[in-house]
Amino acid sequence: MSVDIATVKRVARLSRIAVSEDDLERMTGELNGILGFVELLSEVDVSGVDPMTSVTPITMRKRADAVTDGDKAADIVANAPNSDQNFFLVPKVVE
Amino acid sequence: MTELTNLTISEARAKLKGRDITAVELTDAYLSAIDAANGALNAYVTVTPEKAREMAKASDARLADGKGGALEGIPLGVKDLFATRDIHTQACSHILDGFKPKYESTVTQNLWNDGAVMLGKLNMDEFAMGSSNESSYYGPAVNPWKAKGSDEKLVPGGSSGGSAAAVAAHLCAGATATDTGGSIRQPAAFTGTVGIKPTYGRCSRWGIVAYASSLDQAGPIARDVRDAAILLKSMASVDTKDTTSVDLPVPDYEASLGQSVKGMKIGIPKEYRIEGMPEEIEKLWQQGVEWLKDAGAEVVEISLPHTKYALPAYYIVAPAEASSNLARYDGVRYGLRVDGKDIADMYEKSRAAGFGKEVQRRIMIGTYVLSAGYYDAYYLKAQKVRTLIKRDFEEAFHAGVDAILAPITPSSAFAIGDKELAADPVKMYLQDVFTVTLNMAGLPGISVPAGLDHKGLPLGLQIIGKPFEEETLFKTAHVIEQAAGKFTPAKWW
Amino acid sequence: MTLVDTRTPDPKRLIPGATGDWEIIIGMEVHAQVLSQSKLFSGASTEFGKAPNSNVSLVDAAMPGMLPVINEECVKQAVRTGLGLKAQINNRSIFDRKNYFYPDLPQGYQISQFKDPIVGEGKIIISLGPDRQGNFEDIEIGIERLHLEQDAGKSMHDQHPTMSYVDLNRSGVALMEIVSKPDMRSSDEAKAYMTKLRSIVRYLGTCDGNMDEGSMRADVNVSVRRPGEAFGTRCEIKNVNSIRFIGQAIEYEARRQIAILEDGGSIDQETRLFDPGKGETRSMRSKEDAHDYRYFPDPDLLPLEFDDAFVEALKSDLPELPDDKKARFVRELGLSVYDASVLVSEKAIADYFESVAEGRDGKTAANWVINDLLGALNKAGKGIEETPVSPAQLGGIIDLIKDETISGKIAKDLFEIVFNEGGDPAEIVESRGMKQVTDTGAIEKAVDDIIAANPDQVAKVKAKPTLAGWFVGQVMKSTGGKANPQAVQALVKAKLGIEE
Ligand SMILES: [Mg+2]
Ligand SMILES: [Zn+2]
Repeated sequence: MSVDIATVKRVARLSRIAVSEDDLERMTGELNGILGFVELLSEVDVSGVDPMTSVTPITMRKRADAVTDGDKAADIVANAPNSDQNFFLVPKVVE
Repeated sequence: MTELTNLTISEARAKLKGRDITAVELTDAYLSAIDAANGALNAYVTVTPEKAREMAKASDARLADGKGGALEGIPLGVKDLFATRDIHTQACSHILDGFKPKYESTVTQNLWNDGAVMLGKLNMDEFAMGSSNESSYYGPAVNPWKAKGSDEKLVPGGSSGGSAAAVAAHLCAGATATDTGGSIRQPAAFTGTVGIKPTYGRCSRWGIVAYASSLDQAGPIARDVRDAAILLKSMASVDTKDTTSVDLPVPDYEASLGQSVKGMKIGIPKEYRIEGMPEEIEKLWQQGVEWLKDAGAEVVEISLPHTKYALPAYYIVAPAEASSNLARYDGVRYGLRVDGKDIADMYEKSRAAGFGKEVQRRIMIGTYVLSAGYYDAYYLKAQKVRTLIKRDFEEAFHAGVDAILAPITPSSAFAIGDKELAADPVKMYLQDVFTVTLNMAGLPGISVPAGLDHKGLPLGLQIIGKPFEEETLFKTAHVIEQAAGKFTPAKWW
Repeated sequence: MTLVDTRTPDPKRLIPGATGDWEIIIGMEVHAQVLSQSKLFSGASTEFGKAPNSNVSLVDAAMPGMLPVINEECVKQAVRTGLGLKAQINNRSIFDRKNYFYPDLPQGYQISQFKDPIVGEGKIIISLGPDRQGNFEDIEIGIERLHLEQDAGKSMHDQHPTMSYVDLNRSGVALMEIVSKPDMRSSDEAKAYMTKLRSIVRYLGTCDGNMDEGSMRADVNVSVRRPGEAFGTRCEIKNVNSIRFIGQAIEYEARRQIAILEDGGSIDQETRLFDPGKGETRSMRSKEDAHDYRYFPDPDLLPLEFDDAFVEALKSDLPELPDDKKARFVRELGLSVYDASVLVSEKAIADYFESVAEGRDGKTAANWVINDLLGALNKAGKGIEETPVSPAQLGGIIDLIKDETISGKIAKDLFEIVFNEGGDPAEIVESRGMKQVTDTGAIEKAVDDIIAANPDQVAKVKAKPTLAGWFVGQVMKSTGGKANPQAVQALVKAKLGIEE
């Protein structure tokens, strides 16, 4: 499979990465290079094979239901590019 | 006092315990070495001298009380991927501009709990995506090794390039690193150092900036096998904060050094004899076989038939996970924000400015292989291939093989800015051809220096083990180290 | 999911259009907040209404390198709810990431369950009625699945002219998304479904059901069709947060779609919002691009697995659910289906009733709870949680009737006093002299007085003995209602020479 410029645009949009028109062509070429490389997998017969869900055969540990965290709003927003009264601020979202 | 930096961890440990040297002296020696070298090597992206001296002082106090921990007073460097409280933690990416976490990764906390001293944060490929350290926002780290008669600057490998360069150039006694497709073992091989990627689940991933969650695993880069064993013992732990960390006691790895490999069955995977492999690599591999045979091991050829599919499967699984893991870098809660006309515009501009080319490439590939209509053909297929890759290893181990000997890299270190590699991302990806299979199967692997190539550059061998049998790796690597000797670059910086 | 039609069109549920009858098809996705102390994957509190970003851990804020660890209680709550919905419990389920960018979604993905949810197919029986004949109609609504997922944070848009304010307190709180099959055919059924679902989770203690705090909210899928035809194109009305609004939204939306179709138009599949002020649904500003959530298993979490013993233990601890309780009230206490339905409609009412009925006559207790207590609460605009009359107080009143300390009529006055002023019923009766008069001499005198004063009535009653009740009433009146009615009746009959 290979991608065209329109697909690369759509993928960039889904990835929320601005790509200039000039870069689109280069990116399309690079992505097709990688997709061509992974195409090798098409020769593997995987019928009846389960996909891997975990490389280690362990069961998931679970937490007890207790409040052990929180009450540190100042730490939470400490690195924020824009915050006010411990809220994060972002350009207005129109719903 | 530059000779203090020549001490290995085990040597320094003895001198510190015996009060022959102090932790402050040792730390100062490293800080001076960093001062003198970092301009040329670019191994550190941040040095923390005050913090280092403060920790060293505390170590000296504990040592004086006879209460020193396993790494008391040992100065270490930390890959920029590990969260360190209130200290530069940016995965060498512009998108984490100015980020200083309010938390400490479990692995680094384990080291400090054992008395280690932090020197600073080490250079790496952006978000651990790369095999040459050239994708770092802070510019490439430089390999302390140079080819005979050449002044060309070489890469230290990647993504833990800063860690490997700093260890090889004696800018720290040891370093933390991470390995998603070979990022500990390949740079170790390029710099004549020892690196171990433990079994997935051995070290906690908590507080390590995620690249590909199902593959990422922390481990040390050290000057010799013993130091690697000492460091891994401290780094590894069971962590309730990481659901994928395994509830097994951490053995005393150092105790396995010097144990005999007599009667061990070493597998030689025929599929690793790839087309176009340099003769030197082939010869080195054969040399490894001879050393192990001489030590009493039995060597058998084995088959891992899905080997060649590991790398393509990796370049689906890793970018897919990365595309999701890196979605949190959106300019809202931390890091770089580039203002835009609306929220979507802000996201797109911040991420375009914050992520470098290679990271953008992998996010895009990952997004594509997960998108509607392609998931089954790419991601699901790759995860099935992973099952087959793991099965190959399980069958080999089941047939009685105790460990596997293989090359690490298809070549020695290459030049920074290598045109051929820069022009074709896939060529660079081939750097991981021998290492990535282990990540796909979750297995442990160690890289141990085994010789120099015709250019006088170090080459390594890899030993692959069964899950959670890192002791076998240390024991076997130690035999090779004994036979091959150690390799230190001539100082030019 | 494949849509299967489980119902045959029922003429009484069809809505007439200008060109013929239409049938409404409704399915619902209900988000119910799991009752737990801490969040699904972090140790931060779930408490409502705290200061901004104070119920937030590093995990909830998606700081680099943070990892989710699952809360076992949330798993149990989901299994309990599944059991309450008589559903398939899946001993192995998978957490997936649903990827999209939104400022109140810090990770850039929501951890949810896509292909392999924790709970599979189940059902809810809703009861419509009573009709004019007093009959109820039970309808089975299929449950498609229940899965666990994280809630998002909250953005506020009215704090600043150009910026939105983001608070992550809700981010990561556990939700159960309960998806029904498209089995509902009227707004009444949809309201009954939501009411019943809320009642079940409250009985189970798995969700507090407080819709005004957002603990339960519904995405309502509505389409219309000609009876017997295939399903039409549906619209999804997002986040409806009251049962009344669910009804209004469906009514409006169905009529909107019918009007379009009858004009020869077609329905666009879209997401809509209900505006309670206008009573209308409106299209959400259409997204620039279609969503592609790129679901894949979360590599930070292993599969969620438990054994049958884990499920069995939860099953054996399950409280009695409304349907079972209702059946028991009818079977063991002899209540009417109607009374039993009213009593089990809310767990708090059922608990109250059972407390009153304990050791007393069930029917009497039911009458008092339904007619007197619920009537008074309703009038006062209060819920059962705010009742000023405790079960012990109401029980005390009933006991005073039973041992003939007061008459039924006095009991009504007593109830009103207790409701408005509080106090111990027995003491009130004592201190206010409300005790029933059983002294035969006093009653006899009153009877004699009435007979003497009403010779005409005496003559009438000789011819028509059923008129004796008039004398009883007069005696009760003259004694201020305190005379024992049985004693009065017996004396009246004896004095007038009426045969028993
Ligand atoms: Mg939904
Ligand atoms: Zn949902």
